[in-house]
Amino acid sequence: MRLRTTGTKRLGVLSAAVSAIALSACGAQVADADSESSSTSDSCVDTSGDTIAIGFLNSLSGTMAISEQTVHDSLQLAAAEINADGGVLGHELEIVTEDGQSDPAVFAERATKLITSDCVAAVFGGWTSASRQAMLPVFESNDSLLFYPVQYEGLEASPNIFYTGATTNQQIVPALDYMVEEGVESLFLVGSDYVFPRTANRIINAYAEEHGIEILGEEYAPLGHTDFSTIVNQVSAAGADAVFNTLNGDSNVAFFREYTNSGLSAEEMPVLSVSIAEEEIGGIGVENVEGQLTAWNYYQTVDSPENEAFVEAFQAEYGEDRVTSDPMEAAYTSLYLWRAMVEEAESFAVEDIQAVADGVTFDAPEGTVTVSGENQHIWKTSLIGRIGPDGLIYTEWTSGEPIEPDPFLEGYDWAADLS
Amino acid sequence: MDLLLPQLFAGLSLGSVLLLAALGLALTFGQMGVINMAHGEFMMAGAYTAFVTQALVGNAGVSLLVALPAGFLVGGVLGLILEATLIRRMYHRPLDTLLVTWGVALLLQQVARDVFGAPNVDVSVPTWLTGAVSIGGLALPKTRLFILAIAIVCVLALAVVLRSTSLGRRIRAVVQNRDLAEASGISSRATDRTTFFIGSGLAGIAGVAVTLLGSTGPNLGMSYIVDAFLVVVVGGIGHIKGTVIAAAALGLMQAFFEFSTTASIAKVLVFVVIIAFLQVRPQGLLVTRTRSLA
Repeated sequence: MRLRTTGTKRLGVLSAAVSAIALSACGAQVADADSESSSTSDSCVDTSGDTIAIGFLNSLSGTMAISEQTVHDSLQLAAAEINADGGVLGHELEIVTEDGQSDPAVFAERATKLITSDCVAAVFGGWTSASRQAMLPVFESNDSLLFYPVQYEGLEASPNIFYTGATTNQQIVPALDYMVEEGVESLFLVGSDYVFPRTANRIINAYAEEHGIEILGEEYAPLGHTDFSTIVNQVSAAGADAVFNTLNGDSNVAFFREYTNSGLSAEEMPVLSVSIAEEEIGGIGVENVEGQLTAWNYYQTVDSPENEAFVEAFQAEYGEDRVTSDPMEAAYTSLYLWRAMVEEAESFAVEDIQAVADGVTFDAPEGTVTVSGENQHIWKTSLIGRIGPDGLIYTEWTSGEPIEPDPFLEGYDWAADLS
Repeated sequence: MDLLLPQLFAGLSLGSVLLLAALGLALTFGQMGVINMAHGEFMMAGAYTAFVTQALVGNAGVSLLVALPAGFLVGGVLGLILEATLIRRMYHRPLDTLLVTWGVALLLQQVARDVFGAPNVDVSVPTWLTGAVSIGGLALPKTRLFILAIAIVCVLALAVVLRSTSLGRRIRAVVQNRDLAEASGISSRATDRTTFFIGSGLAGIAGVAVTLLGSTGPNLGMSYIVDAFLVVVVGGIGHIKGTVIAAAALGLMQAFFEFSTTASIAKVLVFVVIIAFLQVRPQGLLVTRTRSLA
């Protein structure tokens, strides 16, 4: 195979492409900073007509579309149900949809557009912490409202964001409590290399120190990492009682396949995951995760009339083969909570909603949830689930009652050094 | 270090995955000089071929064996279409090719999203590939052994085709000196098409293979394309042997760096080594000089 050598020229082109990609990443940071300065505190929300505009801002393209499309679907369902039920304060909901494109800078830009040019009363969406943090200054400087439906790393409480997913003391801490109850004495931590897993693992380390759990290893894989043979070798060699998994997205597929193929199993060394819900199990393959544990606040199998109605309505709309998951339920709930707050305040104005938010409840599919006025999170029941052979998750353990949200873990002595 | 052997295997196995992803590129980028950013999406097409075959055949074991040649065909045909419609018009315009194929890549991803849905699909691993083979206390996952075998078979087959068939001679002739080859009566158009077909087909096979390891979704190609280009560039453009060595070296480096540091740091270290290496040898590991005017 002898060839002419134009190698260096081709390299030059390739490196030009690489630097173009790097440059566009830098652009993202600049856009973030800009959005902060565009402050217009006078709301342009129009409440005079028969309709009221609200914004749905999810990634419908790009790498996060896999997850965020499902949240978007359940938001649309909730909006259709509310409209069929007479709307909010007699106004029909008019949905303005924007695509966040899996890019925090786009989230910030589209949020600004929704607030200042579409004049929406509230925005629902966001998934990654990066997207939420990019939007936070936009909502604070424009004094508008964001409803964020995904469990996250806590340590935040913006008056302009309602967090309807779990904070750490409603998901990670109960998961650790469950493990202690089960007699787990050593843990191996595996996570994706970004803010949520790193923060979660700091909390886990603090908890472990307090409760005498030995952490035998802590490994991070870059987002989108596809080769887990080394990490699985390390997990296998460490021989911990259980694995605490904060991997996000596609990496879970590669991790669990490698885990199963190396002969490790749920009986021998269970893996407790905080980012795998019903939606992801199909892609991983049930045979690779059957019997493994998850920590959430909602499963499709939750036994309540509200959930039965939710699942039925969702599958009637989107197909019998679709599943419902925690973030979808949290998004669905967020729209109803907003309605409850608006009706309580008898106003769409942000300050009126903030004033009445404390104590507003909704009988959500996961059970009754209550808004905390102190930190804009909601009281949620923690559920540890086990993945069944049918790909659904079945509750194995429950906290029994809703847990008060504590995003800064102020109620836990061992967490004193964390925030 | 009692993990030396498992890590050695992990490295080689990662190397075999890299090799599969890069082998087709070594042909299209290395030999033809086409920067095809849609190469990863041909892998994705192969992966979805495995998914569709499994849905049609049912039995995971049989469908895998059907999917390998089917993936080759699907990848190859996509490559042919791309070559005939776009790339043919822009040989010797590498920047344009890069942008156009990047666009094609995004297009194919969206098509996959529309046809198969945004969530990942599950391609199950056949029962005869689940679990691990235990050799002297060393657990070698069967899927990884299988991929290693596919990679070896692909390299050998490619070597035989290039070395010992008239098609291979034509390919080499066109690559070495297009004008002289044409003057000797070789149709360079037909040869370009065939080369691109084989290169893209190999991407399809790689796609089928990686369904055994990771997720099958619209973004599958994105996770491999950069690594694949790195392997070809380090290996020396236009050299299959160099590609093989580079893939094994990068796989082993990643595995051992990852073991002694973390996965993220390992990626950085591998990049640092590659940059340093290319400073010393910008032409890559192996290069054959010819008299052709580049």
